[in-house]
Amino acid sequence: MLDALFGHLDLWGQALWGTVVLFFGGGAIALVLGVIVGGMRVSPVPIARAVGTVYVNLVRNTPLTLIFFLFAFGVPVLVEGDVDFLGLAVWALGLYTATYVAETMRAGINTVPVGQAEAARAIGLPFGQVMSLVILPQAMRAVIPPMMSVFIALLKNTTVAAGFSVLNLGSIRAYMSERGENAMDVLLWVAIIFVALVMLLTLLQSQLERRWKVAR
Amino acid sequence: MSQASVLYDVPGPRAIARNRILGVVTVAAVIAVLGWIVWRMAETGQFSASKWEAFAYQTIWAQILQGLQNTLGAFVVAAIGALALGFVLAIARLSDHRAVRIPAAIVTEVLRAVPVLIFMMLLYYALPVLGPRLPPYWAVVIALIAYNGSVLAEVIRAGVESLPRGQKEAGYAIGLRKSGVMRLILMPQAIRSMLPVIIAQLVVTLKDTALGFIITFEELLFIAKRLGSAATLDRPIIQSTIVIGAIYIAICLLLSWVATIAQRRVSASPRAAGGKRPGNAGGATDTQLLLTQRGVDANTGNAVGGGGTLGLTGRAPDADDTADGRAP
Repeated sequence: MLDALFGHLDLWGQALWGTVVLFFGGGAIALVLGVIVGGMRVSPVPIARAVGTVYVNLVRNTPLTLIFFLFAFGVPVLVEGDVDFLGLAVWALGLYTATYVAETMRAGINTVPVGQAEAARAIGLPFGQVMSLVILPQAMRAVIPPMMSVFIALLKNTTVAAGFSVLNLGSIRAYMSERGENAMDVLLWVAIIFVALVMLLTLLQSQLERRWKVAR
Repeated sequence: MSQASVLYDVPGPRAIARNRILGVVTVAAVIAVLGWIVWRMAETGQFSASKWEAFAYQTIWAQILQGLQNTLGAFVVAAIGALALGFVLAIARLSDHRAVRIPAAIVTEVLRAVPVLIFMMLLYYALPVLGPRLPPYWAVVIALIAYNGSVLAEVIRAGVESLPRGQKEAGYAIGLRKSGVMRLILMPQAIRSMLPVIIAQLVVTLKDTALGFIITFEELLFIAKRLGSAATLDRPIIQSTIVIGAIYIAICLLLSWVATIAQRRVSASPRAAGGKRPGNAGGATDTQLLLTQRGVDANTGNAVGGGGTLGLTGRAPDADDTADGRAP
């Protein structure tokens, strides 16, 4: 069992690197796009609200595997050229996770007392400043624990890229069986690594939660 | 949103003009993305009749329906199994006996931390090493039961723990046993307030059946891939993804819609406050608990649920915003 891990450290390193790239790449896209879409959903522009709502409801009711399917098999046909599967996987994860980020942002905005927004408007702040100076700084603290949950889910979702020829911890089994390793040992190690990574993120979550706790 | 938002004032002439410009920019961005896709599709001949011809055959639709039946079959079995496992794990974790509580907690946490796909692969690729060879259907169903069951267990436990302490005490005071308190007092209230979250988790279960594609379970995406690679049908991969994707999204939207209705009914009901009452977990005093039960927030004296926060949509925190690590 130990041999499956220590006999192939090069491959495990590459697989872990694939997972890390997917996690941070997808997370960065999700965060930027999610904040934009979340902002659109509470904005004074009706069309932006509608676009944000349609995007969130549509993508959240689409299986992630279907999004990967579209990116892995559909996009190469459309662009008619060589495509970078890792890049496509990062975009698929980012576009999918962005909807959860947007919904978490919106839920965070909902936790800020009404009086805060009213007071901000009373001193004459426009929507942009109400959000950036008053609401979001307060919403951020309430948002951090659920946002970490979104990222834990993202970490676990990186494995879906395994079905679409991207080397990561989810697909290492196929490479290892070519080297004659036992699938049970390999997959148990993958499961252990994921439990460890999730525990790490959960620990970070409770640390941040304690530090940013809202005193109300 | 019919009522004016608290986040901005009613727009004046300049704000209306600015909002129009922003609206035009948004529409332009959306049209640019959609236009690029349609342009590429036209350029690569995706609108030609031969690419769509596949969907004029009855036998093709019979295959798609078979795929749909496999997807829904796996979902129904997995959903029932996950609910059963969820209740068992939740009740075990709420047990007074440490010997029951701690193993249940470990099982729940581990099952929640392992990605569903890895669990499916363990069942499908790794179990034959030990002996039994599972068909992909059972690998999908068992993995979904294990993962969603553990998530539902946490949801149900959170529902029970958010109930005021007085509920349990009153149950004991009228002479019920532990099982009676759980079955007659706590569970009905917890299920009622958590119903939207439970249904939302079932939507996740439905979405995750698509992972079966990766371990060769013949569900909808598998059919889409097979159709899309058929040379005799001119390889309609884009077309089959569009058709199958529409079916997938339609059934997920349908189930989400049920969750929304449940959410509305729960938050409209005076009997279940949708977990909005502070429970006894926060160390509230008995006075505060009694006041909350009368519908008054002890800290402010305001009626609970009367829009104390920025209730932008006028509903309880979204069903999908539970604080646990639920995989979308």
